[in-house]
Amino acid sequence: MTTINNNSPAISCEHLFLNLGGKQLLDDLSLTIHTSQVTTLLGPNGAGKSSLLKILCGETAYDKRAQSSIRYFGTAQCEWPKQKLAAHLGVLPQQSSLNFAFTVKEVAALGLLPLGLAPQQAQSVLSEKMDKTGISHLSDRLYPSLSGGEKQRVHLARVLTQISQSRHQTILMLDEPTSALDLCHQHNTLNIARQMADAGAAVIVVLHDLNLAAQYSDRIIVLNEGKIQADGTPWQALNETMIKAVYGQKTLVSKHPQADYPVVYAA
Amino acid sequence: MLLRRLPLSLLIILGLVILTLTAASSIVIGPMSISMRDSFTGLSPWASDLPEHIQMVIHQIRLPRTLLCMIIGAILALSGAVMQGLFRNPLAEPGIIGVSAGAALGAALAIVIFADIGTAYPLLMNIAAVPFFAFLGGALTTILVYSLGTSKFGTSVSVMLLAGVAVSALSGAAIGYLNFIADDQMLRDLSLWSMGSLAGATWSSILLAAVTLLLLFTVFMYHAKGLNALLLGEAEAGHLGIDTQKLKRRMIILAAAGVGITVSISGVIGFIGLIIPHLGRMLCGPDHNRLLPLAALLGALLLTAADMVARVAVTPAELPVGIVTAMIGAPFFIYLLFTQRGRI
Repeated sequence: MTTINNNSPAISCEHLFLNLGGKQLLDDLSLTIHTSQVTTLLGPNGAGKSSLLKILCGETAYDKRAQSSIRYFGTAQCEWPKQKLAAHLGVLPQQSSLNFAFTVKEVAALGLLPLGLAPQQAQSVLSEKMDKTGISHLSDRLYPSLSGGEKQRVHLARVLTQISQSRHQTILMLDEPTSALDLCHQHNTLNIARQMADAGAAVIVVLHDLNLAAQYSDRIIVLNEGKIQADGTPWQALNETMIKAVYGQKTLVSKHPQADYPVVYAA
Repeated sequence: MLLRRLPLSLLIILGLVILTLTAASSIVIGPMSISMRDSFTGLSPWASDLPEHIQMVIHQIRLPRTLLCMIIGAILALSGAVMQGLFRNPLAEPGIIGVSAGAALGAALAIVIFADIGTAYPLLMNIAAVPFFAFLGGALTTILVYSLGTSKFGTSVSVMLLAGVAVSALSGAAIGYLNFIADDQMLRDLSLWSMGSLAGATWSSILLAAVTLLLLFTVFMYHAKGLNALLLGEAEAGHLGIDTQKLKRRMIILAAAGVGITVSISGVIGFIGLIIPHLGRMLCGPDHNRLLPLAALLGALLLTAADMVARVAVTPAELPVGIVTAMIGAPFFIYLLFTQRGRI
C-alpha cells in the first residue's frame, strides 16, 4: 500500500472544458487537490462549482479534448474499476430523492455495498459511523419521516461507511452540505469533514457561506466564469478586492477575534 | 408497520401455507364440485380409484389453471416491484404506465401478421411469436415512458401517467382496428388481451411462464443490492460503484419480458404489480432482498384468489379475471394517489 504522505496529490485534473448550451462553465481548468486538506470551492451562482464537483467525481462527463485528464492518486479516472473507486471516493449529495421507507440503519448500510466486509466487521463499522454522525438513536426510524438535517446526517454516515476501508487513499466530496442544516448541524458536518482531512483524506466542499469556508478550509478556490479567480489559504483567497470583483459586493474582511481566520462582513 | 418486525422466514412460511391452502381450494372450487380429499388424492400418483371424469377435470383443467395463476401472479408482482424500484416511484405499475398495453399491442400485431403460420403451427405461434412480440411491445413502451418521464431528480409521475395514457390509447386503437379486420378465430384470440383470462392454461404455456419466472427471480435477486442502491437515485448508486446504465438496461428488458410473456399467455391483468409490491413493502420494507421473494409469493396468492372469485362470482359463466383485479386495484390506486398527491 501507499505510504502516508502529507499533502500528496489525490486528484489532479488538467485542461478541463465544459460547455453547456453555449455557456462556458469550465474554461481550460487545471488543478490539483491534496490529501489531508479541506479544499473549498466558492463562487457566485452559476460559476461552475457544482459542475466541477460533478466532473471531479465522475458523475458528469467533461468535453472531450486531447489534453484533458483526471487522475485519482496518479491513476486515470477511466482506469479505476467502478466498485474499487467507490471504496475510495465518497460523495455526499446536496439532496436525495429517496422516498421509500427504508430504516435509517438500512440507508446507512447501503454504504457497505462496495466493501464486501464480513457481517460482524460490517456491523461494527456501521455503528461507529452512525455514532460519529449522531444518528444511532434514530437507527430504527423510517427515513422518510426524518427532518432535512437528519436525512443529511444519515447520508453522511452512509458515505463515511463507504470510504471507511480506503487506507489513506480517501476522497470525500460534499456538495453544499450545509444548505439544509441549522447552525449546530452545519458546524457538526463541517467538523466531521475537518476530522476526515486531519486523518489524511482529501476533502472537497462546495459552499456558499464565505465565513464557514474561512473557518474550516485549508485552501479556498474561487471560481467564476469557468476559471479559477483565487486559490490559496483563506487569508490569501478571501480579500475585499477579489470578493468585489467576483460577487460584485462590497465587503470588509477582518480577523476573527479569537482565532486566526478571516471574517467577511457585507459593507 | 408492526409486521416489519416479523422475520422474513416466518412471513415466507406463513405465505407458503396460505398459498397451499388457496391453491387447494382453487382446485376444489368450480362448476363441478370436487372434495378437498379427492383433490389431494387426485394430485398424488396412487389416485387410480378416483372416477375418470374427476381425474380429468383435475389434471386437464383445474391443476394447470391453478399453477398458471400462481406463476403469472408471481411474475406480475416481481415485474411491478422492479419497475417501481427502477422508476423510484411506487405508482409505476406496468398496467398504469402503458407497458401492458404496449405488450398487448405487440401480441395483437403478431396474431394478425402471422395468422397463416399460426394456423399451421399453433405451438410455435403461442410460445414464440406472440410472446416475443408482446415482449418487444412492452420493452419499447418501458423505454419510451422511462426516457420521457425520468430526469436526475427522479420520475415525474404526471409525465409517466400521461405517457401511459397515450400508449394505452394507441394500443386500444390498434387492437380495435385489428378486431375490425380480423376473422372469427383471430377475434376470439384478440378478445383475450383486453381483460385477461387464465382459462386457456396449457402445459406448454405453464412451462414458458415457469421458465420466465425462474429467470426473472434469479436475475432480480442477483441484482437486489443494486436495486436498493438505485432507490437512492442514479447518481448516488453510481457513486456506490453500481454500473447504473447496465443495471437499468437489464431490469427494463427483464421486467418488460415478464410483462410481455404474461400478457401473451393470459392477456392484460392489471394492478397485481401495483398492489403486491406495496403490500410487500408494508410487510418487510423496501429492501429488495426481502421484498422480491415476498412479492412473488403474495402475487401468486392474490391472482389465485382473484381467479377463484372470477370463476364462482357469476356461475355458470365466468368473469375475466382482470375485472376482479381492477375492482380491488383501482380503489387502491386512488388511495395511493390520495396519499401521494403532495408529491406529484
